Amino acid sequence: MPKITYIDNEGNSKTIDVENGLSVMEGAIQNNIPGIDADCGGSMACATCHVYVEEKWLNKLPKAEDAEVDMIDMAFEPKKNSRLSCQLIVSDELNGLTVTTPSKQS
Amino acid sequence: MKKKDVIIVGAGPVGLFAVHQLGIKGLNAVVIDNLDKIGGQCIELYPDKPIYDIPGVPECTGKELTDKLLKQIKPFKTEFFLNERVDEVRQDNKVEWTVKTNKGNEFLSPNIIIAGGVGSFEPRKLPIKEAEKFEGKYLFYSVKNKDDFKGKNITVFGGGDSALDWALELSKFSKINLIHRRNEFRGAPHTLSELKKLEKEGKVLIKTPCQLDAIEGEENIKSITLKFDDGKVEKINTDIVLSFFGLTMKLGPIAEWGLNMEKKTIQVNSANFQTNKKGIFAVGDICSYPGKLKLILSGFHEVALASVECFKRARPNEKYRFEFTTASKTIQERLGKK
Ligand SMILES: Cc1cc2nc3c(=O)[nH]c(=O)nc-3n(C[C@H](O)[C@H](O)[C@H](O)COP(=O)(O)OP(=O)(O)OC[C@H]3O[C@@H](n4cnc5c(N)ncnc54)[C@H](O)[C@@H]3O)c2cc1C
Ligand code: FES
Repeated sequence: MPKITYIDNEGNSKTIDVENGLSVMEGAIQNNIPGIDADCGGSMACATCHVYVEEKWLNKLPKAEDAEVDMIDMAFEPKKNSRLSCQLIVSDELNGLTVTTPSKQS
Repeated sequence: MKKKDVIIVGAGPVGLFAVHQLGIKGLNAVVIDNLDKIGGQCIELYPDKPIYDIPGVPECTGKELTDKLLKQIKPFKTEFFLNERVDEVRQDNKVEWTVKTNKGNEFLSPNIIIAGGVGSFEPRKLPIKEAEKFEGKYLFYSVKNKDDFKGKNITVFGGGDSALDWALELSKFSKINLIHRRNEFRGAPHTLSELKKLEKEGKVLIKTPCQLDAIEGEENIKSITLKFDDGKVEKINTDIVLSFFGLTMKLGPIAEWGLNMEKKTIQVNSANFQTNKKGIFAVGDICSYPGKLKLILSGFHEVALASVECFKRARPNEKYRFEFTTASKTIQERLGKK
């Protein structure tokens, strides 16, 4: 199973195996990783699953749809490497992905 | 204080259908919601998106579903209290609950149905500390009366329709700075082109891609500091800040009512959707029980069962009778059909 690393804003990191087909958000929720709220359950309506992806992954990930970029406008402290973790679907290509959660989600 | 058979917290699809299930059993209710409109997530988050999994309705948008539910509950003439958040729930006597809103309204009832979704919708606040100090006086998350903003130097944050519409509207009698974190705006293109025209005439200042870094001022706001993507900072003078970053859902006061909670949801008995407190029920997205699915259709089932228990509590001396709407004359009368 692909490994995904979640780092919180204080630098604590946890690496977990996430099943292919789940989103990076679901991987966090199912494994009680703090820092991701996902209030809308993955329907791209809340921006509380916001993460920063490691720079080197930015171009390897499927590009964000317009609706995702629009929603990121609403996120807490968005940056260039901001993504919504509910839109990142785990596959073998994502093995090793590292995401950092913001200091808060809303 | 208003006395009712049931108090419903939340006017989302599930709260609305609760009115129906209670109404056909002869119970009256009030509905309280923090939003300024009826419909919960369906109206606030996806009014124009089609829903395909409402039984018997192959396709309808969030707005259409809300309108249909409102039509279905019309016969019950239920009173809605909008723009009001339920803050307090307390027990004043053995059988009844008192509910108090942030506007000071109080309601008394043997039953409370919490259909609060993921919490009450509230404006997303600016992420900097000083923001709170100026909120409501010099910093706003909505415009109630535009005359308050006449002849001021106003900075508007956001890239969506609310930001663009208000920037354009207020530019008629005030100086406007429009700030957005990227160069592309989400709002309607024609509003944006009007604003670009005003920018050329020097009436509107548009700054992108940048975000708010600080607000300066003691009593009132004097200036704000913007940070651009390339690291550059810029200070601009302003009297008023308007911020339009949509709404978030905040569980808020519900967490303080002594209910058994897990991960922002309320644990219920799935036989009647009662919580650990007798007479307080939770239905829809906010409740959890083994196998719970956050679907509208699940919420509809949940209120049907909860309404039976509400009946028993509101009418302790009457016997509950299960009836079909097709066959019951009483129900048809309540629906105004006979
Ligand atoms: C983009 C999107 C698409 C979706 N698509 C579907 C779909 O296709 N099919 C489907 O079945 N479901 C879908 N859903 C989920 C569906 O919208 C929810 O399951 C449904 O809205 C839950 O209804 P509810 O009445 O429980 O809560 P909500 O609709 O969340 O309404 C709760 C209301 O309670 C109010 N409230 C909360 N606390 C308080 C308080 N203390 N005081 C006053 N008011 C309060 C809130 O302001 C809110 O208006 C979708 C959701 C989203 C975001
Ligand atoms: S979970 Fe709400 S936008 Fe991702």
